[in-house]
Formats: sequence, structure tokens, C-alpha cells
Amino acid sequence: MNTTLNAPLDLTNDAPIATAATDPPAVRRLLIGLALGFLGIFIFLPLMVVLVEAFRGGVGLYLKSISTPDARAALRLTLITAAIAVPLNTIFGLAAAWSIGKFEFRGRSLLLSLIDLPFAISPVISGLIYVLMFGLQGWMGPWLRSHDLQVIFAVPGIVLATMFVTFPFVAREVIPLMEAQGTEEEEAARVLGASGWQIFWRVTMPNIRWALLYGVLLSNARAMGEFGAVSVVSGHIRGLTNTLPLHVEILYNEYNFAAAFGVASLLASLALVTLAAKTAVEWVSGRSHNRLH
Amino acid sequence: MKVGHMKIAFRRPSVLPGFGVTLGFTLFYLSLIVLLPLMALAMRTSDLTWSAFVEIVTAPRVVAAFRLSFGTSLVAATINTVFGFIVAWVLVRYPFPGRRLVDAMVDLPFAMPTAVSGIALTTLFVGNGWIGRWLEPLGIQVAFTWLGIVMALILIGLPFVVRAVQPALEDLEIEMEEAAASLGARRSQTFVRVILPSVAPALLTGFAMAFARSLGEYGSVIFIAGNLPMKTEIVPLLIVSNLEQYNYPGATAIALVMLLTSFVFLLFINGLQWWTRRHRMKGIS
Amino acid sequence: MSISVRNINKRFGSFQALNDVSLDIPSGELVALLGPSGSGKTTLLRVIAGLESPLPGGSILFQDEEVKERSAHDRQVGFVFQHYALFHHMSVFENVAFGLRVQPRGIRPSRKEISDRVRSLLALVQLEAFANHYPRQLSGGQRQRIALARALAVEPTVLLLDEPFGALDAKVRIELRRWLRRLHDEIHITSVFVTHDQEEALEVSDRVVVMNHGRVEQVGTPEEVYNHPANPFVYHFLGAVNHFAARVENGRAFVAGAELPAPEFAGRAAAAAVGYVRPHEIEIIRQSGEGAAIPALVRMTNGAGPMARIDLERIEDGEAIEVVLSRERFEELELRAGETVYLVPRRLRLFADDAQSLAQPATV
Repeated sequence: MNTTLNAPLDLTNDAPIATAATDPPAVRRLLIGLALGFLGIFIFLPLMVVLVEAFRGGVGLYLKSISTPDARAALRLTLITAAIAVPLNTIFGLAAAWSIGKFEFRGRSLLLSLIDLPFAISPVISGLIYVLMFGLQGWMGPWLRSHDLQVIFAVPGIVLATMFVTFPFVAREVIPLMEAQGTEEEEAARVLGASGWQIFWRVTMPNIRWALLYGVLLSNARAMGEFGAVSVVSGHIRGLTNTLPLHVEILYNEYNFAAAFGVASLLASLALVTLAAKTAVEWVSGRSHNRLH
Repeated sequence: MKVGHMKIAFRRPSVLPGFGVTLGFTLFYLSLIVLLPLMALAMRTSDLTWSAFVEIVTAPRVVAAFRLSFGTSLVAATINTVFGFIVAWVLVRYPFPGRRLVDAMVDLPFAMPTAVSGIALTTLFVGNGWIGRWLEPLGIQVAFTWLGIVMALILIGLPFVVRAVQPALEDLEIEMEEAAASLGARRSQTFVRVILPSVAPALLTGFAMAFARSLGEYGSVIFIAGNLPMKTEIVPLLIVSNLEQYNYPGATAIALVMLLTSFVFLLFINGLQWWTRRHRMKGIS
Repeated sequence: MSISVRNINKRFGSFQALNDVSLDIPSGELVALLGPSGSGKTTLLRVIAGLESPLPGGSILFQDEEVKERSAHDRQVGFVFQHYALFHHMSVFENVAFGLRVQPRGIRPSRKEISDRVRSLLALVQLEAFANHYPRQLSGGQRQRIALARALAVEPTVLLLDEPFGALDAKVRIELRRWLRRLHDEIHITSVFVTHDQEEALEVSDRVVVMNHGRVEQVGTPEEVYNHPANPFVYHFLGAVNHFAARVENGRAFVAGAELPAPEFAGRAAAAAVGYVRPHEIEIIRQSGEGAAIPALVRMTNGAGPMARIDLERIEDGEAIEVVLSRERFEELELRAGETVYLVPRRLRLFADDAQSLAQPATV
């Protein structure tokens, strides 16, 4: 739609005067330099340092550090946690999106804000509220103890805290899309005799699948990488209640930097895979703003 | 039929099925995972007397932590607002090789576990780190000082500003800038009088989101902060240390203050987005 | 202030948007740049405004003064954008005042003067009551008038309008373009507007510039371009037209089964040609006049409105042909669908395939 955006650089450069809405080459270079410098320090270098430190002791040491029994236990717990939290939050996100995105009702925007709540809460507080509820001195503590159930400093607490932290991700991705797509297609399907499930699977789902996938990916990345909330409820019992990020902390605090960065590099690759998948999803679904207009 | 009438008052009628089931499940799950535990926090605070509450949250160590958390978050969010705008501007306006890659990488702090960011930044900024070794001779110490906290919070808040501003810049009509130029405005005047006011709500939203996120950030900060009481101890860390000493009332009271602050911000951000949407929708057509 | 464009070229990638364009716009006239989309009319307007920079070479003169190297903010042109490009975050008053407020301190008018000038401009566009409104609170037509007032505030030497009525609905469009014509008669500023709507161009402007494929096809008064199109493109683009495959030979034209005089081709060897005739320039008769008329079948008649429209089919090749008759003539003829009639072109314009531009209009 506008030529300044899409024109290749060389076109504007050989022009004798700058077009009204473009900046002089010097300004462009300066701003690109500033932006890349800033991103370099806060995004590129940290990523580099993780990889470099992880392999500082050689590949052998690296492989050893990520395959110790503790590391394997931490990986297992991280995977279990994500395997429980992500599907549940996905189901929730879809249900919430259907009711909020396809229907008009009172209190709709209040509900939206409530779903956003976990975004606004410090991870530490997210862990704390579960301690206050299920901990020994907590609300349900005495009852849990009398039934010999442990939530805090155990796997259930870690899963719950992770669910809280990743709660809004899927809903947040899918709701705006469902809202924007309106109800016409679903109503048409209804008129044509489709059942509720058929409408959802055949009409709604194809329209939201990319956003849903992205929500699931983000939710998964956060579930596997959550630190603060899990740290509060975990109790840091090696081999039992240690997730990968917590394991990184322990190794780091023991000055076992090579092992810490080795495990950290696993998490960093997870982040990179998530980003790559996100970019692919955007590419496939053509969600890029430039092309939308 | 009577039920139908009642429902009309509550929601607009629709031929689509599944409203009751999905809303029911949404509310149930929301209550179980989010609302109930939050209520536990509120209940726990009500165990405290007002004076005990005030005493906890006005203790010098707590006040120092709040001051540090607010101060560093403010500095970081401000820096992010400036550089986030530049990054968004460059990504939207200037085609350069690798732009798509850079665009994708902006989200890295979202996807990267905070503990990993934390140890990575610390390693960069310690005295013999890749960046620290250049700053050390200048007498600038970043790791284990409040500057380190700011660095961690910049990293955490960066995507919020960029992602808030980017769509606003994309929606900006080039014609408005051309109109300003044809009316005799220099580029700098166009920037200050036309571009900046147009994206100001988005910038403010980005700032508020980055700030709110920074206030509660824990994982990436604790490694680089040094965590000295009264000096480099942020509020979330204070909550954790209270918990570790089984000082539940202390942790709860501090958490409540933080939570209320966050809610105020959430309200502010929502209001801002509502306001922006209203203006945008009417403005463009 | 007159505008002269000399040998201007502009390219977007491999697309030649302006191809060696030269054009003279006399001072004080209201000129329409007319052409289909992609014809380069908007690009030409933006090049004149300095919003787009042309390729090196050529020149743009404002009253004999070269402005090609001047950037947009130094050209003192008023530019009205198709979608108005009003500043959303400013009130109507602030929008109109913008151009004055950004002037360098030395020449910037005082607050009082700015306020007075804005008020008088708002009066000129009849929107005094809306000074404190925001653009989003105005209708399309009102926004367009504000955009015009804003452009006029800096006392531009020329006024450029890009599809000024394009985004408006039909009724408002007609009102506003008549209003613009009256306004121009009051202020007499050299004005150029871009349009793809031939009716708009013919009704409003003093002079029409017809463009196609980055070139100027014809420049003339509305009467000239409509009645004497320079080439087939202009014929096609301006108004409804019937066209015929024809053959010309030594002063005669053979068109759809009729043989007609074509004095402009006197003494020429046989050549293929294309003939153009406007629907209202055809007479319908019942009797064949010795091959001097085109036989056709009446398909449908429509007598609603001031003129009657008749759809016919040429008997020779089955091609459709359209004729517009006065109401009186239509009632007199009492045409029925299915009957055969004969068409006599009052004005047939022929373009031989080899040398289109050599042909002169023929009046039969």
C-alpha cells in the first residue's frame, strides 16, 4: 500500500532528495545501529554467553553435565509438569474463548481482566498463594496432613503453580481472534444443521488453529521455564522437586558454572525452538501486519 | 420460556450452542486456579491487625526494597520505552538485511526462562565478563549493584514496549507525515507533533506493561542483584526470604502491597487500551 | 502561479510510473489529471508536491523557478490527500493551524493572527462551528473540507488534490465538487486535482489532462477532450462509445456493412482502422440509405429518464451497439424489440491502424 515501506533500499538511496516520509540515510543508519546495538546487548550476547559457557569444557563435559541423575530427574519433572499444565490450560483457553469470543454477555470484560490476572502477578506471589493455601500452616494444610497428602514441596504444588503462571497464554491468543472472526460462519454452519461439536471442529478450529498453536507453544515454553513461582513451592529437593530452571540455580550457586550453563543451554534451545515455531506459525498464517494491510 | 427471558437480560441471544458449558467451565477453572488461591492470600492478611500490617510494610528493610524495586523498574521501563520505540521504528520503517530474524528475536525474553537470562546477564557483566571487562576500568560496576538489576529488568521488559508500539507504528498513515511535510513541517517537527502523539498511548501501554512486569520479576534479577538487604534486595526476594524463615505474615503483608500495586497498573493498562481502541476505531475509517 | 513539468520520469522498481512527462499548467486554472488507475496521475501530483522524487533529469518549474531539488516542506504547496490524512489527535482548529505553527519563529504569525486566519478559513469551508471537534467526529465531506482549509492555511502557491472526492458517497461527491468549483472561482489559486472519474473531470475543471501508462495522452478543455479526443484511448476513456472494426480506402470507410465517406483518408491505400462513435451521435432510421447506414436489430429499449437508451445488435457481426436518443425522437420512432433498423453515424471518428494520430475528425 505504501511505496516507502516496500521499496528496496537502493531505490530511495539514488533519489536526489528524500521523499517526505522517509528519513535521511544518516538517520537511518544511526537508528538501525542503536536498535541493533541495544538488542545485541540484551538479546544476542546473553544467548551467546549461554552457548559459549556451556561448551567451554568441551562436548564431553557438556554431555555429562546434562545427563547426571539429578539433571535427568529435573528434566523428567519439567516434562511432567508441562504435560499436565499445558493441556489443561489449552482446554480452559478454548472454553473461555468460545464463551467470551462468540457470545455477548454481561461481565464479559470483567472476566477478560480476571483471566489476565496471572500476567500482572509476580511469580513469587503466584507461588506464595499456593503455599498459603496448601502449606502446613495454610488454609487446607491441616486437612491435607490428616489425609497424608502433600502439595507444597511436592509435585502437585509445582504443577499448580505452573498452571497459575501459564493460565492466560492460550486464552489470550485465541480470544481476540475468535472475537474478530465473529459468529457468521458458525451461524451459517448452524443453519446448515451442524451440531455444536461439528461447528467447533469444522468451522471454528481451522480459523484459530495457528493462534492456538502459538498459544500452546508460549504456554509450554513458560511452563518449562518458570522459575519464581516454582521456586517458592518446590522446596528444592534434588531428584524429587527440582525442575530444570531450579537445577540451573542450584548448579550456579554451587559455582558449577559449566554444568549450570549446560542445563541452561537446554532451556535456551527450547526458547529458540519456540521462537522459530512462532515465526513459522506467523509465516504460515500470514499474520504479519505488513501483509495484512 | 421464562428461563429464556432471564437469559436475554444476561446475554444477547445467539443460535450458537455451548455457552453454558464453556462459560461454566471457564468460571470453575478460573476460580480453582486463580481466584481461590488469591482469596487465601487476602484471608491470610486479614489475620493481621492493621497496626501489625503497617509495622511490617514500613520496616526499613521493606521500604528500602520497595524503593529499590520501584526505582529500578522505573529506570528500566524508561530506557525500554526509548529504545523499544527505536527498535520498533527500525523494524517497521527500515528494510535491512536480517530484519525478520531480528523481529523474531525480540520475543526471546518472553520465551527464555528467567533463570537462564539471569545467569547469562551476570556472566556478561561481572568484572571479567564480555561487557564487564570494558566497564570495570571505567569504575562502573554493574553486577551485584542496582545497575545490574536495571539490566535484568531491561531485558525482561524489552519485548513489551516493542510489541506494544509496533502495531501502532504500522497503523500510522504515512500520509499524515506527508501532509505535515507539505504544510511546511521539518522532519523533526513532524516527529514531535504528529508521530509521537499518535503512538503515545501505545508507548504508555508498553511502558506500563514493562514496569508492571519488572516490579514482580524475580528469576532474572536474583543472580545479578547481589541481594544485600537495604541495598540490592528487591521486593520479590524479600517475600521469598520471609517465606524461607516461615514468616508467613511478613511475606503475606508485603505480597499484598505488591499485588495491589499490580492491580492498579493492570487497571491503568486496561483503561489505556480501551481508550486507545476507542480513539483508533473512530479516528480511522 | 503556473506549473511547468519538463521531461519527468519516475520508476517504482521496474514499473515506469511516469514516462517523460511534460505539462504546462497556466496560473489560476483548475486542472484535472484524469486517467485509469496505474496511469501515473497520482505519481505526477506527488512529484509536483515533492512527496515523491523523480529520476534525475527534467525539471519542475513553479513560475519559472526550479523546485525539483526542493523538499516537500519548502515548496509551499497545499496538498489534499485522498483519505484526508487529518491529524487524529488534533482538533479541527489545531489541524488547520498546524502549517502556521510549524513555521520558523521569524515568520510565524502571532497566536492572534493564527487564530484569526484559522477562523476565517473555517468560515470559508463553512465549518466555523466545528473548530473544537476532532476529525473522528466529522463526516467524510466535512473532513475533506477541513483538509482543504488546512492546506490553504499556509497560503500555498499551488493547491494539489489527490482524488479529493474519491472516498465520498455519490451525493456528497457531487455537492462537494460543485462547491470546490465555486471556491476556486473565489480564490483563483492554481489547482490540480487527480481523478479517475471522467464526469468529475469534465464538470469541474478548466482543463483536463488525460493520462495513461505514465504518459500524457491529451490536454484540453473539457469540450475539446470530449468532442475531439486525440486518440482511441481518450475516446474510450471519456464517455460511452461504440467502436467498430473498419477498413479505410481512398476516402471511403467500410464499417459493419455500411460504406461511409472518410475524406481524411482521401488518396490512401486500403488499411484496417477502428471507428468510434458516441451513442448520442447516431441517428436511427427505418429505411436503408443505399449502403450508407449500418443495419442493426433492436434488442431492448429504455425510455426512463431524459434520454432514451436503445441496445442494438449489428446484423453483420452480432456486436452490441448502444444509441441514445432524445425523448421526442424516441417517441416518434416507436421502436419495438426485434425489428431491424438502420444506423447513421453523425460523427464517426476513424483511426487507421498504422498511423492513429494522423487522422482528423470526420463529420458526416
